[in-house]
Amino acid sequence: MSLNPSQLKHVAHLSRIALEESKIPALVQDLNAILAFAEQLKDGRLDDLAPMAHPLDQQQPLRADVVSETNQRDILLKGAPATEQGLFLVPKVIE
Amino acid sequence: MSSMNGWEVVIGLEIHAQLATKSKIFSGASTAFGAEPNVQACAVDLGLPGVLPVLNAEAVHMAALFGLAISAHVAPVSTFDRKNYFYPDLPKGYQISQLAQPIVSGGSVTITTGEGEKAVNKTINLTRAHLEEDAGKSLHEDFAGMTGIDLNRAGTPLIEIVSEPEMRSAAEAVAYARKVHAIVQYLGICDGNMQEGSFRVDANVSVRPKGETKLGTRTEIKNVNSFRFLERAIDYEITRQIELIEDGGTVQQQTRLYDPDKDETRMMRTKEAADDYRYFPDPDLLPVVIDQALLAEWKASLPELPDAKAARYQSEYGLSPYDAGVLTSARAIATYFEQTLNAMGSAADAKLCANWVTGALAAQLNKANLGIEQSPVTSDALAGLLLRVADNTLSNKLAKEVFDAMWAGEGDADSIIDTRGLKQITDSSAIEAMVDGILAANPDKVAEYRSGKDKLFGFFVGQVMKAAQGKANPQQLNEVLKARLGPSEGSS
Repeated sequence: MSLNPSQLKHVAHLSRIALEESKIPALVQDLNAILAFAEQLKDGRLDDLAPMAHPLDQQQPLRADVVSETNQRDILLKGAPATEQGLFLVPKVIE
Repeated sequence: MSSMNGWEVVIGLEIHAQLATKSKIFSGASTAFGAEPNVQACAVDLGLPGVLPVLNAEAVHMAALFGLAISAHVAPVSTFDRKNYFYPDLPKGYQISQLAQPIVSGGSVTITTGEGEKAVNKTINLTRAHLEEDAGKSLHEDFAGMTGIDLNRAGTPLIEIVSEPEMRSAAEAVAYARKVHAIVQYLGICDGNMQEGSFRVDANVSVRPKGETKLGTRTEIKNVNSFRFLERAIDYEITRQIELIEDGGTVQQQTRLYDPDKDETRMMRTKEAADDYRYFPDPDLLPVVIDQALLAEWKASLPELPDAKAARYQSEYGLSPYDAGVLTSARAIATYFEQTLNAMGSAADAKLCANWVTGALAAQLNKANLGIEQSPVTSDALAGLLLRVADNTLSNKLAKEVFDAMWAGEGDADSIIDTRGLKQITDSSAIEAMVDGILAANPDKVAEYRSGKDKLFGFFVGQVMKAAQGKANPQQLNEVLKARLGPSEGSS
């Protein structure tokens, strides 16, 4: 598997990462080297192994359904650049 | 209006049901509806750095109950994935969902469309039901050109219930959505409130020429908050797609919003391809393992579900399939019906009770836009009224008058009957006296009747009822009148 420059731009856009046009060739090269390294996994014999969802051989601990958090709005809103009436304000996003 | 002739409609539904847990799926914040903005959003819900999700056991339990209720496979091991996209009401930049190994796969529900002899049953298969977290809410008005974000809903547990594209009309889609709605409420895993967004239905709709096996391009309808709107939105969309294709156009894959004021759907956005979400296993969450012994316990704990209850109402109470279907369509209606029957004790009459619950009571609730659990006439109060119908104290007509008075808050049935003097006259000598009085006052009509004008029978009934102020027992009145008048010669 390898990426071409337009695929790289697409993935960068989905991740909302701004790329300088001049750096794209070098990034494509680096990323493709990483992908090639990962390609080695294909050489392993995996046929009789189930896909692994997590490297730890453990199961998810569960918590009881209890409300343990109290209202922390004032503290949490402090970090926001703009707020009003208890809401976080962001640039208009309606399409 | 385009003709449906020659076209087949294909509909699949995605239903998001909010699970009725007290706390969120990955945090200890409350899920209660209607709080001030952001007072129920904690650091985990906000996706602040350094926090970790911890899964709510009750969300797993509820999702598994749904799977058991529809005879689906409940996975012994399921996993969580990240669905990546950017939107301000999703603070982490990804939604925790399940893609590769959902907790529930397969299963089916049976739907009924049409009534009486035209009723048709159909099995709709489900693809899957998976656990995921809800997003927050964006408020687009009144903030000086900015959007307000309320994250109280962020992290509320959902099951997304995905059907196979097996529905062939809006009516089937609504019947399926109603059945799923009934099941989640019977299980007590979702409050089913569509106005508050606890139960949200998205419809994937496409059309294809009859006989074609390949699916047509589909559109997804969102923003439907009632079953009535669901049916209208799908019907609108079917017509739109057929007309578009017949006029030489092609359907674009896109998301459309239903606007109930204009009764139309309109484009919201062209759909991103699925791989744009770049799903991958969430490294913060380990595989969820459900112990098989526990699963067996949960299965044994399932309540009687709508189909089983409807079957029992028919076999045990002799109700019609239609009445049984209406009474079991929501858990609250079935509960009310059963409580009314219980409160009637040994005089319980299921058919009478069914008639009142699906008739007068349903009509009043509908008019007042109330759910049955908010009925001003409680099941005990209705039972009190029906006892007086069963023992012939009240005719049906008088019972309706008493019911209306009960609805208006004038007290229980017995006290209303007392105050208004509504007791039905069942004393046969009193009825005979009234009949005799009317016959004596109308000798010419009696003669006409006896010489063959048998239609006058109704006149006599009316006159006696008038004299009795509507309170004479109708069967007794008829019998006495027939006996006193003798045969009408012209009658055959």
